[in-house]
Amino acid sequence: MGKRIVLGAVAVLFVIAAAYASFYVAPEERTMGLVQRIFYFHVGSAWAGLLAFLVCFIGNLMYVWKREAKYDWLGVAGAEVGLVFTTVVLITGPIWAHPVWGIWWTWDARLTSTFVLWLLYVSYLLLRTLVEEPDRRALLSALFGIFAFIDVPLVFGAIRWWRTQHPSPVIMGGPGSGLDPTMRKVLYFSGLAMCVLMAFLIVERYVLEKMRSEVDILRREVEAQ
Amino acid sequence: MSLLSNTAILLGKELRTEFRSRELLTTTGVFILIVLVLFSFAINPGTEEARQFAPGLLWLAILFASSLMFQSCFLREQQNDTLSSLRLAVSDPFAIFLAKLIANTLFLLLTELLMLPFFAIFYNIPLWPKLPVLLLVLFVGSLGISIAGTAMSAISAQARMRELLLPLLLLPLLTPVLVVSSLVTASLLDREPVVQWKGIGFVAVFDLIFLTALWLFGEYLLEE
Repeated sequence: MGKRIVLGAVAVLFVIAAAYASFYVAPEERTMGLVQRIFYFHVGSAWAGLLAFLVCFIGNLMYVWKREAKYDWLGVAGAEVGLVFTTVVLITGPIWAHPVWGIWWTWDARLTSTFVLWLLYVSYLLLRTLVEEPDRRALLSALFGIFAFIDVPLVFGAIRWWRTQHPSPVIMGGPGSGLDPTMRKVLYFSGLAMCVLMAFLIVERYVLEKMRSEVDILRREVEAQ
Repeated sequence: MSLLSNTAILLGKELRTEFRSRELLTTTGVFILIVLVLFSFAINPGTEEARQFAPGLLWLAILFASSLMFQSCFLREQQNDTLSSLRLAVSDPFAIFLAKLIANTLFLLLTELLMLPFFAIFYNIPLWPKLPVLLLVLFVGSLGISIAGTAMSAISAQARMRELLLPLLLLPLLTPVLVVSSLVTASLLDREPVVQWKGIGFVAVFDLIFLTALWLFGEYLLEE
């Protein structure tokens, strides 16, 4: 319990510091102005989301291998938290894109593959609601999660190489594409803050799932008597 | 090679079951036809636009049709309670998947072949010049759809609302096949046809990766 509170406090502090840094430390972008500051949360959330899906994938693999319920809890925690961060990415993206590009959405490689990623994990969570028996639900969703995660690089490659005819639009191609050094530091820091927040949420979700399954077992015992 | 001989026997069984009733082939064929007609009502394409959009529509129709067609793939076994005896009879459960996915690919290809003439007439696209390569694209794409579809139908057959669940699981997974196959087909049916071998290769890589995943994890899909 104590460790979780500490982790939560650290996450909150990091996110506040990242917000401060992205508004007051990072220099203002010359052409895009104030709205560009959403970049630090947008990209940071994208990293945290991908990492959460990686956690989910590891949980899925471990479940198929070891068949212990804790890996199923890890899988569902990773998927849900990853979905939250990907949703943040998909919402902050258009908010940033509209004033800058003049459009809310474009079928560019990164946007589209993020959206497909989002859809895949929505399907993962939907599948879980449609299988009653806990062991079967854990196994089936773990297997689907494995297939979904394998699919992600293929989706990205397919859209990158065949859909986007022109090189990617004004999006700053992450770090390394002539990003101001201060901006880069702020970006890395807010990425780190998002990942700490992600870790905190996964731990909380994991504990919740654990309690749910304990309650479920107890209920079954009572009903069996 | 017990895997191959088992697969051959199971494939014979799949084909016999289907060709006795021909239920899947007729319904899926008619479905693709309806979708193609409805698309042309919805979009009302001119000749030039048809060349641009039609390949994508064709692949979308195939994708939708496959998500209907693969429903019964494991459901038939479940309803007749034959899955457990199948698993007992076969030494390697991968043979069950291999037989089913080969059968699914064959069924899908057969309906596509039946529908291609209608497609060419409705959308006014001559298919002759590049027919062999087009068939290759259809084969590689349908193989990918069948591999992922067989795996997903094994999952959805064990859940509630399976008829709705299968498209939800399968269609996002097939985005790479849809994107690349429609583009390769479009450039093949262009006024100046170009064969995009890299695209065909990419779909083949998709097939290979999913086949490997099915080989590694397939047996867990059939656990009871």
